[in-house]
Amino acid sequence: AVMASPMNSDSGWFLALALGVSFIKCLLINAYHSTDFEVHRNWLAVTHSMPVSKWYYEATSEWTLDYPPFFAWFEYGLSHVAAYFDKEMLVVRNLNYASPATVLFQRLSVIVTDVVFIYAIKECCKCLREDKGKELLWKPSFILATLLLWNFGLIIVDHIHFQYNGFLFGVLLLSVARHFQSRHLEGALLFSVLLNLKHIYLYIAPAYGVFLLRCFCFTQSKTDGSVHWKSFSPFRFVVLGSIVLTTFALSFGPFIALGQIPQVLSRLFPFKRGLCHAYWAPNVWALYNIVDKVLSMLGVKLGMLDINKLPKATMTGGLVQEFQHTVLPSVSPLVTLICTLLSILPALFHMWYRPSGGRGFLRCIVICALGSFMFGWHVHEKAILMAILPLSWLAVEHREDARTFLILSTTGHFSLFPLLFTAQELPIKILLMLLFTIFSFTSLKKLFRGRLVSSVEATYLLGLIPLAVICELVYPLTPWHHTLPFIPLLLTSIYCALGVTYSFIRLYISLLTVPSTTSKGKCQ
Amino acid sequence: MDNWSLVSMCVLLGLTTRWAVSFNSYSGASKPPMFGDYEAQRHWQEVAYNLPVHEWYLNTTDNNLSYWGLDYPPLTAYHSLLCAYVAKLINPAWVELHTSRGYESSSHKLFMRTTVLIADILLYIPAVFLYCFYLSNGSSKKKVATALCILLYPGLILIDYGHFQYNNVSLGLALWGVVGLGSGWDLLGSLAFTLALNYKQMELYHSLPFFCYLLGKCIKQGLVGRGLFLLLKISLSVLATFALCWLPFLSEPQQVLQVLHRLFPVARGLFEDKVANTWCSLNVLIKIKTLLSRDAQLLLSLALTFLFVLPSSIKLLTKPTMWQFKLALVNSSLAFFLFSFQVHEKSILLPALPHRLSAVLCLACSMLPLLLKDGLLLPYAVTSLAFLFLCVYLLSALHRSSQELHLGSCYNLTRGCLSARNFSLLVKCAFGISMAAMAVLSTASAALEPPARLPDLFPVLVSIFSCMHFLASLLYFNFVQLTEPPSRRGQKKTN
Repeated sequence: AVMASPMNSDSGWFLALALGVSFIKCLLINAYHSTDFEVHRNWLAVTHSMPVSKWYYEATSEWTLDYPPFFAWFEYGLSHVAAYFDKEMLVVRNLNYASPATVLFQRLSVIVTDVVFIYAIKECCKCLREDKGKELLWKPSFILATLLLWNFGLIIVDHIHFQYNGFLFGVLLLSVARHFQSRHLEGALLFSVLLNLKHIYLYIAPAYGVFLLRCFCFTQSKTDGSVHWKSFSPFRFVVLGSIVLTTFALSFGPFIALGQIPQVLSRLFPFKRGLCHAYWAPNVWALYNIVDKVLSMLGVKLGMLDINKLPKATMTGGLVQEFQHTVLPSVSPLVTLICTLLSILPALFHMWYRPSGGRGFLRCIVICALGSFMFGWHVHEKAILMAILPLSWLAVEHREDARTFLILSTTGHFSLFPLLFTAQELPIKILLMLLFTIFSFTSLKKLFRGRLVSSVEATYLLGLIPLAVICELVYPLTPWHHTLPFIPLLLTSIYCALGVTYSFIRLYISLLTVPSTTSKGKCQ
Repeated sequence: MDNWSLVSMCVLLGLTTRWAVSFNSYSGASKPPMFGDYEAQRHWQEVAYNLPVHEWYLNTTDNNLSYWGLDYPPLTAYHSLLCAYVAKLINPAWVELHTSRGYESSSHKLFMRTTVLIADILLYIPAVFLYCFYLSNGSSKKKVATALCILLYPGLILIDYGHFQYNNVSLGLALWGVVGLGSGWDLLGSLAFTLALNYKQMELYHSLPFFCYLLGKCIKQGLVGRGLFLLLKISLSVLATFALCWLPFLSEPQQVLQVLHRLFPVARGLFEDKVANTWCSLNVLIKIKTLLSRDAQLLLSLALTFLFVLPSSIKLLTKPTMWQFKLALVNSSLAFFLFSFQVHEKSILLPALPHRLSAVLCLACSMLPLLLKDGLLLPYAVTSLAFLFLCVYLLSALHRSSQELHLGSCYNLTRGCLSARNFSLLVKCAFGISMAAMAVLSTASAALEPPARLPDLFPVLVSIFSCMHFLASLLYFNFVQLTEPPSRRGQKKTN
């Protein structure tokens, strides 16, 4: 292989990939950043300038602290470094302060904390079954490293839109890798820390709970794979429990002592927001909303509904958070919770009765993440990354997962396009999307030899191109651009929701039909 | 199949890097009254669109030549005219006569950057891939790797997408010329190069090798018969192309002279600003500018330029192979850059030699003072470092055997005194030292304040260092080219 000359060590390519993507990230320092930039600057200021007792009460800025305490401590740590760049950013009253030094510091902090992500990927690659004979470019570890390091969604959400998902996903992947390596306590600790960094990972907590209970607390399984009840190890259970409880105690302890728990919880779980985000994430509720709208329009046309009795916003309103359903029943947070649980229960049961070690656990994580995305309350479109990233790992090992990954990642990434709506970023998002898509398709195709997408699926995916042209180029030139500005968002959301739903179904089918390949009913 | 995906991924990476660099500032941003090269290009669009052709190069009431008068050949003007038509469609205020002076807006910046990108996509990038695939040796993966390295040359990206220029057009056309010549299509190749010359007169730096190669080839084919026929064909097509480009100006000899006067401003002296050539470096010790009269300066620079270009050209004339041609291109452009009249920093964008990694990086470093003025420190640092790591990794530049580094001849010379291991160690040390020096100079220029007595300390240091580096490269490449034995079976070397 020419790419890896005999002189280069094995890790040479990994370093090259990591450095390469880091350089691209550095070049994006001066790109557009969203309000999330101000959010984090505000948190730097709040944690630096205010005492701990005020952190969850501070409301000078509209972007109040709504992540768990460990993240607040993380921002506190960052703020000390920030003081060397520009002290003004740490003043709470400096709303929307974005001096060049501030931008540089914040961007660099994301790039530097991505080191955790890079380390985690290295650990994940170690857990793969290696194929020594293959050429470098088509080795599973190379493909996985590239799919994760150069993930399009992560780059544009973290390094343009601005968030800290890289290092959080690093902690998640590291935790999963530790479970693969049977270092379950470390994995559990990492996940508890993760939950206290960003509580959105509650989406996959059920998978962790069931897995740890089944495979760590019960030390043996019967030959057919079902649990050996007598092998319950109270010692392990207690150790596990104490690790989790200690982590939560460290995190929430100060606020329990201050009696601020209701306030903290209200900040963390603001259920007053609507069913859908301002931009409808491509999930079931987006489809539900559109069906409701179509039915109500049909109903008015057919004379079955009185247009005067309908809520004002239904006919002309765009993507609003508080969407009042007219024909179909309204959806409350409780309903979404029940739907989510129903959607992930079969996967959890399957893992309980037929555990297949780390890979089964990973599959369950993906399904939990995707199920919560599909049916959750006020889901952000960025949450699709929680399903795409772990699925990359499964994709380099199983053909069926590779097929699902291609569909999910392409539609999921496309649904992130509306996040970057400025003209200047349009070439970047198209170029990076093409880069990632071409790589994922060609590398997985080479790995698994043969067609990975059927004609129907290919047509659907190719349909994204005209959709992109319409939304980005054609629509802004039409007169409706000012009166009905939400149409491109709506179209993107609906089109991608189809792909995401299809992937969810595929994941379940492959879970329930394909027998666990390597270890039947074993936990390792 | 694999090749296509690798090629497209390289193109996408190259385009992403370019566009990301374009987010940064440009030359003369928010700096009235003169602004910078960005405003110059916008002004040329304004002039080309609003004024009749015969007024473009003249000093008239509508066209004040002291405010960014056109000083590139007609093809640049036609290109500006084309861009102006598009600009008029989008926003007429961008090219309104007089009132659009100093126009700056984010949408205009987007428009201008897009024009550079389109020129890249249409001209430069295809030329690079054709060059790598048809004119270099090695496996297809190696060719793609070479192409990626060329695409990520920091100097070109920073100047075109940062400072703002259209070097990719002239370099792209010149590269098409090289590709044409290399594939045996001499006519098309010379046509492409003529167009490049008519776009930017700095392509004269590359003109001697083209001339000598084609002439040598004609001579080899016999000066009576096929050779003569080829010579006539090429000369006629070159003249025809020139005539076509200069058509509107050929009506009066006065026009032609005026254009030439704009293209070659001999009145401006040996050099301006701090540039990495010998005159500027020499000026530190001996004040040449004041010592010699303007005519003497002109003669001196012409003489030295030709002196340094002559050996390489003659060798190429006697032995017109592609390998000699490529070496001659480097030697010629280095000689012209180092000794010619009124050289600007951007004149040294060489597209063709990824092996001389240190030279390419030195190029970028030599432009550092200019880039710092434009606020392009961050892209400079990132692209240079990225290029360094990429080349070191992909081409394993340092691990190559001395043979592959075309140090064969050098090695033979020193074989008496040094062993093979010591020799490659020496090469690595030299490389390391020059990298370290560049890093120190870059950091110092960016971070430190120069002492009050020597306000231009850092630009001068950078210029002198780069000049020495280029001189060393000139000597080295001349040595390589001239010591190649007269008969060689086929081309054994890449690039």
